Amino acid sequence: MMKLSQNMAGGADYHALNLKRKLRCTIVFAVLLFLCGAIIVYNINTGNVDIPLGKIARAIFLRQGDRHDMNIIWRIRLPRILMAAILGGALALSGFLLQTFFENPIAGPFILGISSGAKMCVAATMIYYVQYVGKMTSWSLITAAFFGSMITTGFVLVAAKRIHNMSALLVAGVMVGYICNAATDFILNFSDDSDIVNLRGWTQGSFASMSWENVYFAAVIIGLTVLAVFLMSKPIGAFQLGEAYAQSMGVNVKAFRVLLIVLSSILSATVTAFAGPISFVGIAVPFLIKSAMGTAQPLVVIPATFLGGSVFCMICDLVARMAFAPTELTLSTVTSMFGAPIVIFMLFRRHKGRR
Amino acid sequence: MKQEYYFRLKQLSVGYNGRSIIKDININVRKGEIVTLIGPNGAGKSTILKSISRQLARIEGEVILEDRDILKHSFKELSSRMAVVLTEKMQPELMTCHDVIATGRYPYTGRLGRLTLNDEQKVDEAIRAVHAEELGTRDFNAISDGQRQRVLLARAICQEPDIILLDEPTSFLDVRYKLELLSILKKMAKEKGITVIMSLHEIDLAMKISDKICCVKGDHIARYGRPEEVFDEPTIRELYEIDNGFFDPTFGSIELPRPESEEKVFVIAGGGCGIPVYRKLQKAGQAFVTGILWSNDLDHHLARHLASEVIEEKLFEPISEEKIREALEKMKACSRVIYAGTPIGSMNAGLKQLVDQARKDGKLEI
Repeated sequence: MMKLSQNMAGGADYHALNLKRKLRCTIVFAVLLFLCGAIIVYNINTGNVDIPLGKIARAIFLRQGDRHDMNIIWRIRLPRILMAAILGGALALSGFLLQTFFENPIAGPFILGISSGAKMCVAATMIYYVQYVGKMTSWSLITAAFFGSMITTGFVLVAAKRIHNMSALLVAGVMVGYICNAATDFILNFSDDSDIVNLRGWTQGSFASMSWENVYFAAVIIGLTVLAVFLMSKPIGAFQLGEAYAQSMGVNVKAFRVLLIVLSSILSATVTAFAGPISFVGIAVPFLIKSAMGTAQPLVVIPATFLGGSVFCMICDLVARMAFAPTELTLSTVTSMFGAPIVIFMLFRRHKGRR
Repeated sequence: MKQEYYFRLKQLSVGYNGRSIIKDININVRKGEIVTLIGPNGAGKSTILKSISRQLARIEGEVILEDRDILKHSFKELSSRMAVVLTEKMQPELMTCHDVIATGRYPYTGRLGRLTLNDEQKVDEAIRAVHAEELGTRDFNAISDGQRQRVLLARAICQEPDIILLDEPTSFLDVRYKLELLSILKKMAKEKGITVIMSLHEIDLAMKISDKICCVKGDHIARYGRPEEVFDEPTIRELYEIDNGFFDPTFGSIELPRPESEEKVFVIAGGGCGIPVYRKLQKAGQAFVTGILWSNDLDHHLARHLASEVIEEKLFEPISEEKIREALEKMKACSRVIYAGTPIGSMNAGLKQLVDQARKDGKLEI
């Protein structure tokens, strides 16, 4: 530190700037953590039945309280809020990875049709299961969503190889989304109404009615993937300079690309499998985080994006739950309402920056 | 003997999608040498650079760095030995120039890529080397192309390579920074023994800085050797297929074609006074005859490219009666005579006669 400040005297004021940025990142983290905690508490606290703070603490930490409150907290609200946090973070992070991969700020699982692909596969599997096997397990749901998103990702990748134009690639993604949606509708046309009820809930996105089993499962998969992503923050940083430079810095670009796309697919597939396709979180959150931190350095942006996604989704879930209670809004309605304006604002700002 | 060469290309073929564009590249480079690839646009200079930096799969042949083929180096190992400055546009998000330069330390940082104090110092040194201190805090996307070029060079410098590849590093740079960039490269090559391989458009600069020149033409390397061997008028003319001008290897200057016109002007010149006059006439498209010049005269260098005819005197001889007669003869056919203001001394006293005659005919302009 001493030596650095000596250098600063020599006119290198970028060290000062770097310190300032570090401070800024710390503040962002602090704010996110605070928000995260506050929202979890508030979320558990409010609903059809308001439960006071003291009771919540007792119910969670001491597992004491009256049966009714315990049920609401442990069976309904806690798994839901945890799932919103885990899946929201994963969604935002998968958006960040895709943006890095496509070197394109509005790439995201929803825009590129990846969510729609997952939905198609889930719909097909769900109906097959209902007809021939019985109830669908979360494992098969995840597998179906994973395959669906991998297939569409693969398609987008092939398109990306041929089409180097950013807007054309996005259009290709949107078209894939339409095709998948059409296929989903087609499948639904030939199934019984009773089978569809389940699916309809799923396709509009929701964190409701999550079992603890689901929470554990998602937490393990996403936890491991996020850890892997975090450990890759160095090559991701190199990749932000473009493929050629990344390679000259010693990144095995081919292997890295595959790894990146697999990790982001695991994230988005897991989210889609449990909560259905959720729009705009993947684009809006990374943008907000990067702007707030004033840097795109993966080492700080990756954890912050995850936290930011959690906070964003928890707020959206709260709004979905509470805004018109007792009628619950679908999650995508809320995320789109908040997310889309942010994306539009982002495009405006980029445009201004170019001039 | 073989050990001496640090970097060797053996029977290298490069190209895209399995089709080779340039074949049979055989080049040996010693440590600390500067090798410049020259050749017309689209000749494949970048393709060669991309192939030897392992960004493009080569078609055939070997690229040997020190003792092994570069394919046998791990990516990581290669990255601490070879740095690149590419033409490809880099558009990083929210990165200051300092951030971009610091990425050069990538091969040396740990798992999470955090810079140590030592890394920071190397970055500072590199920034000072290219005089980019004032750019440190600026957003990389918001600076000019020339400034970017310097930042990228600093980035390559703090990567501490043994060999550095640059694809047209001087494009976008103004004269001052062109010279500065080249002197930085020269310093790196001579003091630190860093081998430099680059492509340049400016043949005059290539000639002055390079130890070896490699001419890329068609599907092969047309010439490879020291600049004084490679840079003669016909080679350059053929390399770039120049049919509308000249290249002067002595000064590395490029001249537009000789003016042609029915009517001629006579220029009395010598000692360098004629050059501005020649250029003016060239711009006006006015053909001219000039004299009387010794073949080592500064004016002679340009006159032989631009003048329709040069009246020449033998080196180190006073101007003879015979040449004066010849000049007077030519003058008669010209409508105007321009006296470029050459001082007249004992050796070129004959010019006085030409000036007097022109004045008498009322053709003289000064």
